[in-house]
Amino acid sequence: MHKIGVFVCWCGSNIAATVDVKAVAEAASKEPCVVYATDYQYMCSESGQNLIIDAIKEHNLTGVVICSCSPRMHETTFRKAAQKAGLNPYMVEIANIREQCSWIHKDMAEATAKAIVLARAAIAKVQLNKPLIAGESEVTKRCLVIGGGIAGIQTALDVAEAGFPVDIVEKKPTIGGKMAQLDKTFPTLDCAACILTPRMVEAGAHENITLHTYSEVEEVSGFVGNFTVKIRKKARKVKMDLCTGCGLCTEKCPMKKQPNEFNMGLDKRGAIYIPFAQAVPKVPVIDVEACLKFKTGKCGICSKVCTAGAIDYEQQDEIIEQKYGAIVLATGFDQIKPTKFGELGYSQYPDVVTSLEYERLMNAAGPTKGHLLRPSDGKPPKEIVFVQCVGSRGQSCRDKSYCSKVCCMYTAKHAILTKDHYPDTNIHVFYIDERTPGKNFDEFYRRAVEQYGVDYIKGQVGKVYEENGKLMVQGSDLLANEQITLAADMVVLAAAIEPDKTARSLGTMLTASMDTNDFFTEAHAKLRPVESPTAGVFLSGMCQGPKDIPETVSQAGAAAVKVIGLLTKDKLLGNPCVAHSDEMLCNGCSQCARVCPYGAITYVDKEFRVPGPKRVETRRVAVVNEAVCQGCGACTVTCPSTAMDLKGFSNRQIMSEVDAICK
Amino acid sequence: MSSVNNEREEILRMSGVDPTKCMKCGKCSGTCPAFDAMEYHPHQFVSMVNKGNIEPLKQSNAIWQCLSCFACMERCPRDVKPAKLIEAVRLTVIREQGMNHLESENVPCMLDPELPQQAIVSAFRKYSK
Amino acid sequence: MQVNESSKEFKPCIVAFCCNWCSYAGADLAGSNRLSYPADVKIIRVPCSCRVNPLFILRAFQRGADGVILCGCHPGDCHYTTGNYYARRRMTMLFSMLDYLGIEKERTRVEWVSAAEGAKFAATMNDFISTVQSLGENRKLRDLRCKE
Repeated sequence: MHKIGVFVCWCGSNIAATVDVKAVAEAASKEPCVVYATDYQYMCSESGQNLIIDAIKEHNLTGVVICSCSPRMHETTFRKAAQKAGLNPYMVEIANIREQCSWIHKDMAEATAKAIVLARAAIAKVQLNKPLIAGESEVTKRCLVIGGGIAGIQTALDVAEAGFPVDIVEKKPTIGGKMAQLDKTFPTLDCAACILTPRMVEAGAHENITLHTYSEVEEVSGFVGNFTVKIRKKARKVKMDLCTGCGLCTEKCPMKKQPNEFNMGLDKRGAIYIPFAQAVPKVPVIDVEACLKFKTGKCGICSKVCTAGAIDYEQQDEIIEQKYGAIVLATGFDQIKPTKFGELGYSQYPDVVTSLEYERLMNAAGPTKGHLLRPSDGKPPKEIVFVQCVGSRGQSCRDKSYCSKVCCMYTAKHAILTKDHYPDTNIHVFYIDERTPGKNFDEFYRRAVEQYGVDYIKGQVGKVYEENGKLMVQGSDLLANEQITLAADMVVLAAAIEPDKTARSLGTMLTASMDTNDFFTEAHAKLRPVESPTAGVFLSGMCQGPKDIPETVSQAGAAAVKVIGLLTKDKLLGNPCVAHSDEMLCNGCSQCARVCPYGAITYVDKEFRVPGPKRVETRRVAVVNEAVCQGCGACTVTCPSTAMDLKGFSNRQIMSEVDAICK
Repeated sequence: MSSVNNEREEILRMSGVDPTKCMKCGKCSGTCPAFDAMEYHPHQFVSMVNKGNIEPLKQSNAIWQCLSCFACMERCPRDVKPAKLIEAVRLTVIREQGMNHLESENVPCMLDPELPQQAIVSAFRKYSK
Repeated sequence: MQVNESSKEFKPCIVAFCCNWCSYAGADLAGSNRLSYPADVKIIRVPCSCRVNPLFILRAFQRGADGVILCGCHPGDCHYTTGNYYARRRMTMLFSMLDYLGIEKERTRVEWVSAAEGAKFAATMNDFISTVQSLGENRKLRDLRCKE
């Protein structure tokens, strides 16, 4: 016979304002097996927990029901409290009367009645709970970082500094990511390359960091502490160990017609190329789609000029398999190509550019060597119009619904830098709202207006068209209640930011959940912002949502701390809520093994004592590997003989909840 | 007060527009080809209807000057559809007058080979109840 | 939402099975955002939508539930990779059986709600309740032996 204690939390007024907690405790006390029921202001507080501990000891409770916030919030807290009192932590059940009751209902009588039903269901369930003991699993002390931008580099460096080996997988031939493409950074205007490249070099040279550039994650299996990952190292056609990075091959390549991705296609690169001068590793890669040797079999100049003999046309993709304890997603972002915005003429006019293209046009290492020259005729532009929120904050099919966060600031930066270098340029910025929350951000934007005389126009651009060699920008000036048309030499679109395209497939591989915009979701928006809901998977940088460099770096550091915390452990406590087969019922049909996504079920031949002259009979029965089972329960429903059941969510437990609710 | 409110609700019902979705970016007015001819501009329709300030809109020339080209609707990032609002205000006026200003039998004599088909559709939208 | 006078009186009993990783978190998010739906919905947490045995649903109807809804992660987003596919197949089978038995299959529903879709959760529940309300009380499957 169970002795159950029920503890109803007020959560200050969060629950108590709409749920009559006294009535819930009163009703619970009348339920079968309940020997103690009480309410308290904050059950999760130390004194609240002590109340539970004392009650368990005093009344010899064998089961505890806590009516409080979501189990996703405080289940662990209360389980630990129960454990302190000597009760098995899995003898605790939580009735969610906050998120799923008090917060959504306004009528007190209705909410109280529902809270009582939820409490009753939890009481019914806990009576069938069995003490569970979590198994242990080893932790592989190695971390995988997917993405080699500033987020990935920072996380990798921090984890490596703590003494754990880290692998960075980067799909491009070099690490550095988007930050390497930036010119200066707001609001301090320090040069992006100057602060990033030392980090890249450090990551490349660190004894604990292994770079897998030009590589992609192919397959992930396993679980927290024990991931197995297959990485495809794409053939560079250049031997990494022999190449000295002299760059002679890239100079001599005759196929200099490929759009240079690093410069946003504004100039050309060869078929063998190093993305940019400070690339890490500084080893070229052959673009086989463009290479003459691969297309016609002739040429081979790069191989002839390479004194180190590093060119290897026969090189093949290589798949490596590695075990990791933790995986960090740092897949970053892309800027959308605003081709769907026909009215802005991005596809039509070469002088309508995105801000990332403008960034390259201003960069000393860019296609124009840092001279601001417009793409169409190479002349310096005198009138520049910036358009903000292109594709952000919209609800139509061509828009992203979110604010891309960094555009206001980088547009102010572009304006200031342009005015700094070319004071006679006139700059107009069409904005909807100027969003500058951040340290010294608003001051920076005000400098653009007050010190540099940048013309900020509240309104949006409706149309860009060409007239007499000028780009005519027609837009509204809402404060003047006018429609204005500006004659511009260049138009810069602050196009929206979107998560990198590879994020979706990685999310599926890792079962890391994503929101509707393909940003990775965090385990808790406030309290666990760098963890994915999938244990052992962490989030760093833009892949979680738009953010600027300082935020990315701090998030990267936070993710590293979480990884270090995980890798420092020698053993991890597993989830004891796993499947279990009753061998007396099992008929060895193999149905369960077929639906198990983890291959956790195997079969053994076992001898059973039977009545009759044979006395012993051998039968084939299912056995669950508890370390591998993740407790989804797919097998339990498939099992035709109901031999398979899930601990913690057994058939009888769920049925009793159903009964309690439908009573 | 209540009649003004009713008018607002009626216009919102007729147009199917939710003016609270507007983020006041001004793209509609930046796009509008008839902007200079209109006393009130597309973005003003959205905010004025939202505030229930409908009488000035009904009195203005803007409801007739609107070309019904739907450019504002097409480009609105928030899917607010200012043109639908303008149309609804215009319809309230026409329905109060209780007559069609354009009948289908009048159309043949107005046809012009240069006339875009859209203009006829727009004309019907504008001058009949 | 327009409800007629008689169905306004009718308070259906609705059981919602929510998977721990997506839908239960979505329900929590609906709560944090104070997006209300009627108190008639009672949620049962399961690790995955594939944990829900069709028998649980039949049991709920037997014991007097007027509607049962199963919520899981979006296809492809299952925490256990494939659980929601199994759930979808099983429920399809169950629905056609209910249909065959003459039970209104609108009383049962499968919905995919992610952890980020609090608003969708509330909207789904509101919609489901109004559907069940319009169907009225579930009498056919109610097991009289269970009545007190």
